[in-house]
Amino acid sequence: MAEVTLIKAINDALATEMTRDPSVCVLGEDVGLDGGVFRATEGLLKRFGPGRVVDTPLNEVGIVGMSIGMAMNGLRPVAEIEFSDFIYPAFDQIVSEMSKMRYRSAGQFTAAVVLRAPSGGGVRGGHYHSQSPEAYYIHTAGLVVVMPSTPADAKGLLSSAIRGEDPVIFLEPKALYRTVKGEVPQGEYLVPLGVGRIVRPGDDLTLIAWGAMVPVAEKAAAAAASEGVGVEIIDPRTLWPLDIEMIESSVRRTGRAVVLHEAPRTCGFGAEISALIQERCFLHLKAPVGRVTGFDTPFPYALEKSYLPDPERTLRAIRASMAF
Amino acid sequence: MSDPEILSVLRPDGTADPAHDPGLSDPEMLSLYRHMVLLRAFDEKAVALQRSGRIGFFVPSTGQEACSIGAGHAVCEGDWIFPAYRDHGVGLMRGYPLAAMVGQILGNTSDATRGRQMPNHWCDRAIHLVSVSSPVATQLPHAVGAAYAAKLRGERIAVLTTFGDGGTSTGDFHAAMNFTGVFRLPVVFFCENNRYAISVPVEHQTATGTLAEKARAYGLPGVRVDGNDVLAIRKAVGDAMDRARAGEGGTLIEALTYRMGPHSTSDDPTVYRSDEEVSAWREKDPIRRFAAFLKGRAVLADPAAEEASARETVRKAVETAESAPAVPLSSMFEDVYSEIPWHLAEQRDSLLSGKG
Ligand SMILES: Cc1ncc(C[n+]2csc(CCOP(=O)(O)OP(=O)(O)O)c2C)c(N)n1
Repeated sequence: MAEVTLIKAINDALATEMTRDPSVCVLGEDVGLDGGVFRATEGLLKRFGPGRVVDTPLNEVGIVGMSIGMAMNGLRPVAEIEFSDFIYPAFDQIVSEMSKMRYRSAGQFTAAVVLRAPSGGGVRGGHYHSQSPEAYYIHTAGLVVVMPSTPADAKGLLSSAIRGEDPVIFLEPKALYRTVKGEVPQGEYLVPLGVGRIVRPGDDLTLIAWGAMVPVAEKAAAAAASEGVGVEIIDPRTLWPLDIEMIESSVRRTGRAVVLHEAPRTCGFGAEISALIQERCFLHLKAPVGRVTGFDTPFPYALEKSYLPDPERTLRAIRASMAF
Repeated sequence: MSDPEILSVLRPDGTADPAHDPGLSDPEMLSLYRHMVLLRAFDEKAVALQRSGRIGFFVPSTGQEACSIGAGHAVCEGDWIFPAYRDHGVGLMRGYPLAAMVGQILGNTSDATRGRQMPNHWCDRAIHLVSVSSPVATQLPHAVGAAYAAKLRGERIAVLTTFGDGGTSTGDFHAAMNFTGVFRLPVVFFCENNRYAISVPVEHQTATGTLAEKARAYGLPGVRVDGNDVLAIRKAVGDAMDRARAGEGGTLIEALTYRMGPHSTSDDPTVYRSDEEVSAWREKDPIRRFAAFLKGRAVLADPAAEEASARETVRKAVETAESAPAVPLSSMFEDVYSEIPWHLAEQRDSLLSGKG
């Protein structure tokens, strides 16, 4: 096994799946010659040719709409949107068309498209290159929403997404693209969708985090450990459908939960997780479910460090829960 | 590529074609030149600031100065400007101060927009320079709305909106052009066809031979102009703005130009274009071309001295702006709504007290 970056793992998944299945195609702005603005598709044009690696005009409606048609007619499109902040022109195609194709045709047609998009902050991108939009898609029936936090997960989850029968919004934490490295199995490698990962076991409190917040959670948990608090970190990996069993069994054991995400707080996914825990684990809870999140403001440029949750803020929430 | 007439004024021999000369005075032309030089000096400094980690990002306009400055000069008081992120020159020409630009890219308290946005995303209500957005071409329908409002009030103004060749592929472009035609609105669509949308060449944005011809489908005139010729840009945009102010409706202008540098400080253009192509365009440098003309008319004495003075102006502006303090934390929660609601007040207080 080799140590690679998260972006390299994504490139590896694409190349591996394209080799395995000739119906897998990649499309988007700059994905060809340029290899994508983050180089996720580097080298694919050369290997698989312009028929399967398609530089499109600058039009997100076109990219998503065309992908839907490709999928309905036998291809497996993996579309890249340069930043998740630029999907919105295609929002209608995603929430009204892609997500509902199976339901409205009673399964006669499906739109198994994978939409990859760099997401989240921490790279001085201002609000148009930093937003965390997962809640919009989780709220839309019919979509699978995935966010990896390690190179191996990135490869395994993306491969599963490409092979799956449902449309997938694959959000990539761009802050981790080149800042995390890890062992990634060579060749075909799958991580099943819908199954979470226990990042670190612990008995006193369950901390749920995904994407770029997983390393933040790990730092906070290490600090809590030095105060004698055992934090169990769960990375759901697939945000929706959620691995509720993993969360439920952990919270039943620890009796405490904190959700950590960088998206704004109100109607963020943390609100849903908190409600689920409250519904399912009420009698086991020793403290209210805590939330550490971004603020309900547009993502700020100069103040992004203060906007993004950090280990200190997370630790304060852990302490508050322990002291309740 | 079919090639309808491309409006051009500055001839290779250093003279101007009298048939299309916009007829500017010598001081006006010198001012155009100085703004082009200042714009380039600013771009070079901003890229250097990015490379040394003092700002996060920058989008240079090097090679396209004739477009920005020529178009900016055609804007009159009362007109509105809806620019793309690469067109800081239009604002500069309209009197958006260099100090404000420098402040914006630094994002500290010298930034009138309070460090909210990435570099290149300025605005100034006083000169109707509208806030720049990152998503491509979203400003085009806004230009239409502003033009509609002005028309409804009987104001004789024009609205200028600028964008790249990639922008013509978006739905916003088509919506905006269509509305402008239908409502006969005073909008000038100024497309700087610099041949690439990041790495994707213009041939991959459209199957039409020109971008200007798209205007026909919406009932607007389409014009092509030499984008490295500041006098030709001034003429084309000036005529279109005059037509718009006279109530004769909108125009689509396609300026044929080239971005000599990268798309942004995050881009490596050597991946998708050849050295020969870049050097061929370098020969057509809009600043050098205009300098030759002005020297021929004895309007300009010493281009090197002009460049040195522009660099010094920029250096001083950066020095002043860099000494401004960081934006205060509490400002993050302001301007989200007209008044701060309970949940933001709670979030602000918890952040400021260190309890959040
Ligand atoms: C809606 C949208 N999609 C993708 C992007 C990413 N992106 C930023 S600039 C750019 C290319 C724009 O090219 P063009 O419109 O020709 O303008 P230029 O940069 O050449 O001035 C792209 C694809 C974006 N900003 N907005």
